Amino acid sequence: MAGTALHRRLTWQLAELVEVAAETSRVKTIVFDVPGWPSHRAGQHVDVRLTAEDGYQAERSYSIASAPDGTRVALTVQRLEDGEVSPYLTDELRPGDKIELRGPIGGYFVWEPSEGGPLMLVAGGSGIVPLMAMIRTRAAAGDDTETRLLFSSRSLHDVIYRDELEQLSGNGLTVVHALTDSQPPGWTSYARRVDAEMLAEVAPSPAQRPRFYACGPTPFVEAVAEALVGLGHNPLAIKTERFGPTGR
Amino acid sequence: MDELMLDGNAIAGLLQEVVAVEMTTAIGTCGGCGAAGPVGAAHLYRGAGIVLRCPHCGNTLAKVVKSHSRVWVDLRGIRTLQVTV
Amino acid sequence: MPPRASKPIVSRGFRGRRPADADPARVPPGQYITADFPVLSAGPTPHTSLELWDFSIIGELNVPCRWTWEEFRALPSEEITRDIHCVTKWSKLDTVWRGVSVDTLLEGIETQAEYMTAYSDGGYTANLPLEDVTGSKAWVVFAYEGEPLAPEHGGPARMLVPHHYFWKSAKWVRGIRLQSTDEPGFWETNGYHNYGDPWQEQRYTGD
Repeated sequence: MAGTALHRRLTWQLAELVEVAAETSRVKTIVFDVPGWPSHRAGQHVDVRLTAEDGYQAERSYSIASAPDGTRVALTVQRLEDGEVSPYLTDELRPGDKIELRGPIGGYFVWEPSEGGPLMLVAGGSGIVPLMAMIRTRAAAGDDTETRLLFSSRSLHDVIYRDELEQLSGNGLTVVHALTDSQPPGWTSYARRVDAEMLAEVAPSPAQRPRFYACGPTPFVEAVAEALVGLGHNPLAIKTERFGPTGR
Repeated sequence: MDELMLDGNAIAGLLQEVVAVEMTTAIGTCGGCGAAGPVGAAHLYRGAGIVLRCPHCGNTLAKVVKSHSRVWVDLRGIRTLQVTV
Repeated sequence: MPPRASKPIVSRGFRGRRPADADPARVPPGQYITADFPVLSAGPTPHTSLELWDFSIIGELNVPCRWTWEEFRALPSEEITRDIHCVTKWSKLDTVWRGVSVDTLLEGIETQAEYMTAYSDGGYTANLPLEDVTGSKAWVVFAYEGEPLAPEHGGPARMLVPHHYFWKSAKWVRGIRLQSTDEPGFWETNGYHNYGDPWQEQRYTGD
């Protein structure tokens, strides 16, 4: 199974939108039915291609948010203010519409329960998406690998998957939030950007040989990776996926 | 560090389109400094085409240009590429 | 067998972020007008201080020339308004720059060279026939829209050669090398067209 997933020539397929759900005021999950979908691994992404009437094309990559589930593939998209593709996906697409998509893509930024842990996931904003696929895959498999998520968002309203993360906590999963811009009254968790001190408090120690996955805007990922190495963690155990300046 | 910089994950689809093998887990040895690491961890820049750079020394590992029907790949900056088959 | 899309399918309602009106006579084949100014780069943004910056003309000429930033800024400069065309398909009309004409930089230089390579901080190069950067066709620009050229767009100074695809307008330029032989540059050696005329849609090798 893993062999066939690794050795495939990717082709563009038509995917039909079946469901749209709001996550936050700027973020939506769009669910596609992709005939013949060969399953996927948590952390993988798809490439999406849009073509205008005059032939103009735009292509973007989006992390798969869902655990494997037949032909169902969910993407969670943040609507960028001046975005070219994201507003189309979040505001224009309607159930029944079809878009071109290819995937699943990726092999480096991937986690499966068999890989074990302890697992530490560090998410900045929309960087949570591939990490949520890992958390959902872990839950669906009934896996209890020790997993910690450090999730940085601007405010409580911006926390994607907030309720689901709360529900999934326990059974070896610990979720820690950092709210960087504003915090609700009585907020007891972190109220600043992720830094070395925070990572030292939240992450397993280097002696426990944790595996790290960090995802989000490029400056966020750079800062996290640098801090983790500075704390004595093995650089080879830190996997990163950068989303560019503001996230996808 | 440029905030526009990405990493090898962003070129995974394009490379797999060319060689039909997942490439982000391939290990490249930098021809400049000798450091080895997965293609997924290489620094990626989008210019007229795509440039992959060594995260340790900044050396150009690879350039990739895609037209509608052709892809050009310059791998001169990679001394050796190890691919799992 | 799952349905396969063998040629692109139009996405209902997708337009992209493009101004609707543009004089078609100003848009080269395959290009789309943009109101933005996309930042594209082959590597990290260099940050050369103006104290250390210089611009040189080297190679096959009688006497190599070099200007410090002060000397370069003391040269006669002009405002240039041109359309620019990127090989990645965006075009931007009526961009306004200020810079020193390559004709000014080559004044008094004796050379038999027929080609040139612009070279930049970070190792980027772009080649052109010398006749394509002379006769008011090319500048070394240091300002865009009345402001000092931003580092992300090539500041302190970049080439501006608007009648070729914009990869020929090397960012962070530090000099021009005059040569009797043509030497394909950074992108010309890996798929992009050696000459790059947008009006003949010379994007890729062999076009």
